[in-house]
Amino acid sequence: MTTTQSPTAHTRSTSSRKGPMRENVLSRSAAMLIMGVFTIYFLTPIWWLLVSSTKRLDQFTSTAPLWFTPDSFVAFFDNIGRLFAYNDGIFGQWILNSVLYSGVGALLGTLFAAMCGYALAKYRFRGREVIFNVVLSGVLVPATALALPLFLIFSQIGLTNTYWAVFLPSLVSPFGVYLSRIFAAASVPDELIEAARLDGSGEVRTFFVLGVRLMSPALVTIFLFQFVLIWNNFFLPLIMLRDQALFPVTLGLFAWNSSIGQNPDLRLFVIVGAFVSIVPLIIAFLSLQRFWSSGLAAGSVK
Amino acid sequence: MAITIFVVPFSLLFIAFYVVPIGFAIYQSLLTVEREGTFGPATQVFGGLVQYIAVFQDGPFWESVGRVALFGIVQVPVMIGLALLFALLLDSPLVRGKKFFRLAFFAPYAVPGVIAAIMWGFLYSPTLSPFSAVTSNIAFLGAELVLWSIANIVTWVYVGYNMLIIYSALLAIPTEIYEAAKIDGANNLQVAMRIKIPLVMPALILTAVFSIIGTLQLLAEPQTLRSFSTAISSTFTPNLAVYTTASVPNYSLAAAFSVVLALATFALSFTFLRLTQRRAFAS
Repeated sequence: MTTTQSPTAHTRSTSSRKGPMRENVLSRSAAMLIMGVFTIYFLTPIWWLLVSSTKRLDQFTSTAPLWFTPDSFVAFFDNIGRLFAYNDGIFGQWILNSVLYSGVGALLGTLFAAMCGYALAKYRFRGREVIFNVVLSGVLVPATALALPLFLIFSQIGLTNTYWAVFLPSLVSPFGVYLSRIFAAASVPDELIEAARLDGSGEVRTFFVLGVRLMSPALVTIFLFQFVLIWNNFFLPLIMLRDQALFPVTLGLFAWNSSIGQNPDLRLFVIVGAFVSIVPLIIAFLSLQRFWSSGLAAGSVK
Repeated sequence: MAITIFVVPFSLLFIAFYVVPIGFAIYQSLLTVEREGTFGPATQVFGGLVQYIAVFQDGPFWESVGRVALFGIVQVPVMIGLALLFALLLDSPLVRGKKFFRLAFFAPYAVPGVIAAIMWGFLYSPTLSPFSAVTSNIAFLGAELVLWSIANIVTWVYVGYNMLIIYSALLAIPTEIYEAAKIDGANNLQVAMRIKIPLVMPALILTAVFSIIGTLQLLAEPQTLRSFSTAISSTFTPNLAVYTTASVPNYSLAAAFSVVLALATFALSFTFLRLTQRRAFAS
């Protein structure tokens, strides 16, 4: 709606009798135009990546960049086969590493954050507020500021260039504790915990049977949030890892991309690899999107 | 007893991988390297605030801080503004096919920063881009525009994510409020400006704070684009400066950079939360 009419009832009744119809069509078209233009903006790069990964290296600049060629289908599978075969299958190893770092890291990280947030919401104990405030400050500490000191500490104990160097620091999710606390306070009623207690259920059992179930939308959100954080983390693996076999897929593609200058064949693998590495994420994300919404709402509407 | 089981695992990890590194960074930043004579063995000795004096005299570091500050002043409001606009449109009766738009706008969030930078690096490239008619005439990767080309990448990735946070907040507003406003004769725009935006303010603040933190941490995108553009120096952003300094290796100075950067981030986010007078983070 574009008019700024006075909100009193009688001016409206005179000015908007035939207004709304025209106004509606106009503002509806404007709204759809905005959404349409930005859809192109958001999807074109992904479309380009899809199309490019169906080109052979010599077709890259010689064919239409945003449309397929007649042998695209064959070329696509050929490219993927070559990608996974290149350099003794290092790409498959990178994908596996990423899944391991992110999957296991996010799973354990969510569990620890949920237990801590649940305790902060549901029990009164000394130091509760102190813990919560320290964790909240943790949310505001930039993770990249920790990468260098972590490297220095890990190099003292000889843990750099190992799986642990990237895996262990990823287990900490202050934001997860914050979200769990809010969600536990709102969705796990004290009466239920009390009832479980009367039934003779231990506190830890109550958490796993009752708490986890009631908090599940928030837990999925924390898991996804942490998963993406670890999957996208760049500074920590960059600074910690030298052995290519330990790289997550982002660092591996970065390394390939940085050496296109010396080895132009790598361009193909960078593009196909980038496409292969984002497809599972996009699918996982889009299918779990409603969890994002509910969990994030709990964190921000508060 | 149960409380211990719940709290201890997280607390131990938090201490080991948050508190101790911060302490160690501060400790390392207070050291300096000393040599006996010109060629003697190097030893680390306590140097007081020597490294911090070096930080404040380091021109390239402060240029990089100025660069990300400029980036943040422009990019964060543009991104949050767009996210708010999309969220309001999705929440209005004006748009059809909401589900499709929500998915399409959110999809780029699944693309990691490194990969987004690789994709856009090709798209910006004067020769390899599908839009080479444009990119061969405008130097997106040249010294003048490259900062804004990076801003575009960051915006492309994060708008949909921020949109979703704001949209979720909009969905949580009880509809009775709108009915009351309609009876008072408010139109859609007025409802948006006077009711919806104030009510989603906590979500806007949350997204803004995370964006400020993200801006100061910029690393993956500029570092990746360096293979496409010579205009990005090894100290283009503060974190690149940290990385470059640590690779020298000058750990003490790099640690001092990290400490200054962390303090600046913390202070900025905290001030922003205070200034907006909302308790987005309070429980």
